[in-house]
Amino acid sequence: MGNVEKTRHLLLVFPHPDDESFGKAGTVILFTKAGTPATLICGTLGEMGRNMGNPTFANRETLPSIRRRELEDACRALGVDDLRLLGLRDKTVEFEDPERVADRIEAVIREVKPSILMTYYPKYGVHPDHDAMSHAAVIAVKRLPKEERPVIWGSAVVNDAESILGEPDFVLDVSSVLDEKMAAMRAHKSQYQGMFSRMEEALAQGGAVRDEVLQQLTRERFWIYRIED
Amino acid sequence: MQPIDVQSVQAALERFVGDDVYLHLETTNGAYAAHRFGQPMAVCAYIRNGLVKFERAQIAGTRPYRVGLKMASGWIYAEGLTDYEVDGEGRLLLAGHDSEGRLAVALQLSRTPWPMGVLDEEKEVE
Repeated sequence: MGNVEKTRHLLLVFPHPDDESFGKAGTVILFTKAGTPATLICGTLGEMGRNMGNPTFANRETLPSIRRRELEDACRALGVDDLRLLGLRDKTVEFEDPERVADRIEAVIREVKPSILMTYYPKYGVHPDHDAMSHAAVIAVKRLPKEERPVIWGSAVVNDAESILGEPDFVLDVSSVLDEKMAAMRAHKSQYQGMFSRMEEALAQGGAVRDEVLQQLTRERFWIYRIED
Repeated sequence: MQPIDVQSVQAALERFVGDDVYLHLETTNGAYAAHRFGQPMAVCAYIRNGLVKFERAQIAGTRPYRVGLKMASGWIYAEGLTDYEVDGEGRLLLAGHDSEGRLAVALQLSRTPWPMGVLDEEKEVE
C-alpha cells in the first residue's frame, strides 16, 4: 500500500510530542498530501522526557516550551494545521480519571468528525501514557452511535506485535514521502538525537546497513482496533 | 546548564537554608529501559513541589557529585549530579546527565512553586 485516498478528517490522539511522528509520520503525510484535513490532540508536553538534546540544550524546566515549539514544527512538516493541547502532565495520564480525559477527546471528535482516529493500539503501547491515552480515546469513540464512529488505526509498540495481534491491517509504503517524514521526526530535535543517533549512523554508513534501516523507515504498520459492543 | 562548580553550587544551596523551599527531585532510567535498553525494568520516581525546609546543605564528591539536605526530621539526597544552573528567577537546577546527554537524576530548589505546565503559565499571563 503506497497510496491513500483523501478521507473526511484524520484525528491523531497521542500523549507526547513526537508520538505523532515516530513510526507514523509517513502515513499522516500521505493523508494530508491527499487533501485530508488533520487534527492532533497532544495530551502532555513530554515534560519529563530524559532526552535533553545531545549535546544537551534543554533542562527540566525549559524542556516543555522547547518541545512545544518542536511539536509545532513537526505539525508543519506533517500538514497538520489543527493542534489541541490538553495540558496534562507527562507520566501522570494513567492516574487521571479516564472518563474525564475521554470527555475532552469526545468533544474534539464531535467537532471535527474524523473518519480515521490514529492512536496507540490499546494495551500495546509500552509507555503507560500511551496506553492511558488510547484507553481514553476508545472510551470517547464508544460513546458515539456506531455509524458515526471513526475507524481506529492502532500503532503497537511492543516488540512482538505480530505474534500478539497478527498481521497488521495496513502496511504503508511511505518511501514517496520519506524526506518529509524525516523532517517531521527531526523536528523533535531534543528527542531525536538521543533516540535515533544509531539509526543516523547506519544511514550514513551506506550499503546493506543503510538499506535495512530504510526498509524499516519506509514501512509503517497499523492494526485496526475493533470495538466490541 | 554547565558542569558543576562546587563552590558556586555550595553557595547556591546555602541561600535556601532555613526557608520554605519548593523541591523537584527526580530519578529515571527512561520509560523504555526494559523495552529497548535491556534493563530489567523502567524505574522512575519524582516529587514536584514538595514543600520542604532544611537546616544544612552540602555538596560532596568529585564529578559526579552528591547533595544532601538535612531537614529537622529527615534527609533529601541525590547522587550522580553533573551539571547545574541558577536561572533568571534564582532557582537552582542540578542534574545528572549520562554520556549521551540524557537526564538520569535532578534536584531543583525554588522559593516559588515549580510550574505544572506551559499551559498553566499561559493562564497566569491571561
